[in-house]
Parts: sequence; C-alpha cells; structure tokens
Amino acid sequence: MHETPDAERALALYRTMARIRAFEDAAEEASKGGVAAFGASLAAAKVRGPLHLSTGQEAVAAGVCAHLGKSDLLTSTHRGHGHTIAKGARLDRMMCELFGRAPGYNGGKGGSMHIADFSVGMLGANGVVAAGIPIAVGAAHALRARGAQNVVACFFGDGAINRGPFLEGLNWAAVRKLPILFVCEDNRWAATTASEATTAGAGALARAEAIGVPGVQVDGNDVFAVWEAAGRLIAEVRASGPRLLHAITYRVKGHVSVDVAAYRDAAKHDKELQRDPLVLAAQRIADDDRLEAIGREARAEVAAALAAAHAAPWPAKESAYSDVQDTGAGRWRG
Amino acid sequence: MARMNYAEAACAALEAAMRADPQVVVVGEDVGRGGIFGQYRGLQQAFGAQRVIDTPISEATIMGAAVGMALAGLKPVVEMRVVDFALCAIDELVNQAAKARYMFGGQGRVGMVARLPNGLWAGSAAQHSQSLEAWFAHIPGLVVVAPATPQDNCSLLAASLACGDPVVYLEHKELWGLEGDVAPAQTATLGEAEIVRAGSDVTVVTWSRTRHAALEAATLVEKEGVSLEVIDLRTLWPWDRDAVLASAERTGRVLIAHEAVQVAGFGAEIAATLAEASGARVRRLGAPRIPVGYSQPLEDESRITPQAIAAACVELRRARPAQR
Repeated sequence: MHETPDAERALALYRTMARIRAFEDAAEEASKGGVAAFGASLAAAKVRGPLHLSTGQEAVAAGVCAHLGKSDLLTSTHRGHGHTIAKGARLDRMMCELFGRAPGYNGGKGGSMHIADFSVGMLGANGVVAAGIPIAVGAAHALRARGAQNVVACFFGDGAINRGPFLEGLNWAAVRKLPILFVCEDNRWAATTASEATTAGAGALARAEAIGVPGVQVDGNDVFAVWEAAGRLIAEVRASGPRLLHAITYRVKGHVSVDVAAYRDAAKHDKELQRDPLVLAAQRIADDDRLEAIGREARAEVAAALAAAHAAPWPAKESAYSDVQDTGAGRWRG
Repeated sequence: MARMNYAEAACAALEAAMRADPQVVVVGEDVGRGGIFGQYRGLQQAFGAQRVIDTPISEATIMGAAVGMALAGLKPVVEMRVVDFALCAIDELVNQAAKARYMFGGQGRVGMVARLPNGLWAGSAAQHSQSLEAWFAHIPGLVVVAPATPQDNCSLLAASLACGDPVVYLEHKELWGLEGDVAPAQTATLGEAEIVRAGSDVTVVTWSRTRHAALEAATLVEKEGVSLEVIDLRTLWPWDRDAVLASAERTGRVLIAHEAVQVAGFGAEIAATLAEASGARVRRLGAPRIPVGYSQPLEDESRITPQAIAAACVELRRARPAQR
C-alpha cells in the first residue's frame, strides 16, 4: 500500500540520520559544563549555553527534508540541528557556530538556538516556542508572490500546539491555501513536563483538522514511514494548500544537554530507547557493511567539523556591532 | 504641492512605493477596505488582494508573517490598527523582527514598516490610548518614527520603506484628519529633527501630536515675552542629538514634552543626554503614570495641553540660565 524508498534512497535517509546523530553526540560532549541549570554548574565548555539535542528524533528531519530542495524554505525550533543538517547545511560551519567562532553560519551571533543557513533555505532555529509558525506563513506568501512552486516546511514541537500562533498560523494558512507542510515533531515532552499532562483533547492532528488543515499521524521513529507520509503530504500541499504531519517520536536526552531528565520513569524511558530510529532503519535496510561505512563516514565528518571549530578564529569584537541596523548605526549609547 | 490630510499623505507615499517596487506588500486587518482610518484607501483596488492582504485578527501572525515575508524577500507594511494591539505581537516584533538580522549573522534582514498608531484617542480609554514609543526605542534593531504632519507622514513613510530596517512607524491616532500642503516628492532623512519654530528663551523638544500643542504654547507665552524654540524630533531612534544639543546651547533651557507617561518615557533619555552633554536646565512634561480614563475629565488628566506646556516654559524661563 505505502510506497517504500528504493535501496539508494533508504541509504540516503540513513546517512542523514547518522550525520545528525554523530553531530548531536559531539555537540553534547562539547557542551558539558556549558550552562548552569538543572543542578549543573558552569565550567569551561566549548559549546556554551542551552543546547537542545534532537537525538532520537532524526527520522523526522531526515524523512521530511528528503523531499525538499534548496529553494524550498524551512522554519525550525530551538531543537533545530537535525532540520538544519537534513536541509543541507555543512557540519563544519554548524559546529563553528556552536563553538561561537567567526566562520560559523551566524558569525558566532546565534549559536545552537539560532542556527540558520539561508543558502539552503533554512530560515533559522528559534528560541521561542511556536515562533516559526507565523514566519512560515509569511515565507509562504513570499513564495506565492514570486510565482514559485516551492513549499515551506514548518517544524514545531508538541509544546507549540498550546501557543496562540499555532491556531493563528494554521487558520491563516488554511484560509489562504498557503504551501506549507506543518510538521509537529511530537517528542512528548514540553521542556520538563509531559505534554499529555498539559494538552487537552486528541492533540496536534485533531486540532489541525478542526481548523481545516488535513494531515496524517505517523511513527516518527520510522524514517521510511515519515518519508512516505511527507512525500504524499507535500504533493497535496503543492496541489491544494497546507497539511500537517504529526510525527510521534521521543526525546532521548533531557530538555537541554545538562538535563539528565530524572523526572522520567526509568522503565518507560528504557523501553523508548529500544525504538532508536537508526536501529529500526538498519534492521530494515539489512546491509551491515554499508551502514557501518556510513556511520564511520558520519563520525569522521563530525570529527573534522570539531577540529575545524577548535581551530577557527573567534569573531572580532567589532562584529558585535555589525548587522544590528543600518539606520542609526554607530549610536550605541545614545 | 497638494492639499492632503495626514492619512491621505501616507497613502500617497505607500502607493508610490508600491508602484515603484513590486516587493512592497501590505498585511493586516481591514486593509482591503482602506484601513479603519482610510490610510490604505484604494490600494487593494490598485494592487490586488495578493499585495494588499486582508488578515484574520491574528496580531502575532500578522507581525510574524511580515518577518517571514521580509526574510524571503518581500517588503511588508504591517497594519496593527493601534499600538495597543501590537502588544499581542510583541514577541514577533521584539524577539523576531528586531533580532533576526543580527542573530542569523546577517544572512537575512527584516526590511519592514510596522504601522502602530500611537497616542491618546478620545473616548477610547485605557487599551486604545497608549503612547509606547519608549518601549520600541529601547530595542536594538528597531527604528522608531513618529510623524506629526501630513508632509512628514508622506516623506517619512517613504524614507522608512526605503531604509531596509524594521521600522516602528507611530502615526498619531488623532491626527488622521489633519490637513496640510504636501509635496509628494519631498524627501526626509530618518534621524533628522525639524526646528519648527526658532526662539531664544526655552527649547521645547517634542514629537508627534505634541508638536502642535507646543506651537500653540509658543503663541501663548509670546504675549508674556517668552520666546520658544520648538523642535520636532520626527524620528525617536535614531534621534537628532546634535539638533537638540545645539538648541540647548542657544537657549540654555529645555523642556521635553510628550504624550507618553513621563516615568521612563523617551524624554528621560533626552534629559539624561542633556545632563551629560550640556549645561542646560532641563524639565520634562509627560502624562502622569495612570492608565488613560474613559470619562472626559479623567482622560484630560493624561492630555498634554498647550497651557501646560506654556506654564512649564514660563517657570523654566524664570530659572536662571545654566552656567556655560
């Protein structure tokens, strides 16, 4: 019934997930001591501040973005490394950004929470839950204005469906039939609170359907299922307007890297870990040699990215004053 | 030169910009009907519903969509009805529009003009009568403009559309019907004040509707032999520090008058600058720190009248000029 990817496509999906996993693992290691929260104290760390890892959620980013080209646009969340990688960004420039170095995508001004690569249509991770939804609406208007056939992929988490912009943005997109695939990446945890404890009704898809945005729910840890559903929905988006993909996945790490998430039930957590999206995909692909090689290549690429980030120069202090605004530039103290 | 009111003057500037640049679009509530103050009259008929976009009452998404439009290459003009409603879109304005260019390292920028009609609106009470310019002047990344005349509402809107930065454009809620002669091609520079009236005894620094009150005050005190210089800042960020300091040097006495609540109003910033950089005697005149009341006598407590400005200037005139 469902279309399945051919062997090359399956390997490509696995490769994207392996690159995201390797990147997240390295970023996590480099962030130790980088933020004082959740009982952790601040120490010297290469990656400072809150680091929101998408470990375990790789299938959503990989499966959706496999259908997107550089001219398609994407808005992301605070947990956005996976989306950025899957959309085509370079790992070395991403790692430089996490390290706060000059060659980073944002010149060290954004870090993990604002990682962006406009050259591949990735319009930015965002520190505010649900903030990417209105931005996606506007980006879709811009695509329409230039007569483009491209789409916007708008990622947000399960926490975002309890914010106003979810209602506003989906309603607007439905009224205007905008080319947006809304992707609710439902990892079931809104910061340190279980989403089910704070969310009434049947969740993202039911709410979307009530607004007039059809969609499907999918196992977000099954990259092939995500790929198949996203492909079908994006075709519908191009033909008739917005759709929502509700991908149920699991946040393997804490809210931020220093959060050990002891508030979760250990037995349930262990059970979820059995559903690692890379393991599930590997079982389906069943080509250990090639998968091992892909894993090796991904780790080598991340090692090179780490080396590049370690060696990269810091931004010049003067750059703190660039790209603020042109009108009145130089008037920093009145 | 044509006779226009304040709303028509802005409309003329916007129409010219939309003709010159297909990337300029309008987004907001009721814009297709011309806007509730008539400031978009005729634009949807001229440019179509894809460029003059009627929206749901979704302030956060109006402002946020404008950010997405700008990041993807359009030049949106945002209609917020009144500044008070823009508080529903404060994340989108402050965390998104003002920050995007910087935090993305210059990969994108948000050239947009957010029209947030500001100030007292007769009989409209606490949620429709605020003057919030100081909030926006405080935010790095934003330009803040407050036109007081039809000519300025034409020239400054054109300049705001051209500048490429996110502009908080604060038309005054009670000036829409104000008529004046407008030369549509006349340009204005953001950050340049206008010395509306030259005088020698006291400088009144003001903006928006209070400019007109200050001019009336100048006539009132003239009879008492007090000569006021009136400066309309026109742009609050960046504000014309040089013009204010030069005038303070001439008169030695400065009154800053604005309709916003005096406490932590933008006048405080100007007063602090004068304290640091001039020897002038400085006073402020703003609204008391109370919400605007509905009933006329209550609302009047928040109005900055020509009489109040005149009284403050006469008192300031009595003070010895500062040592220079």
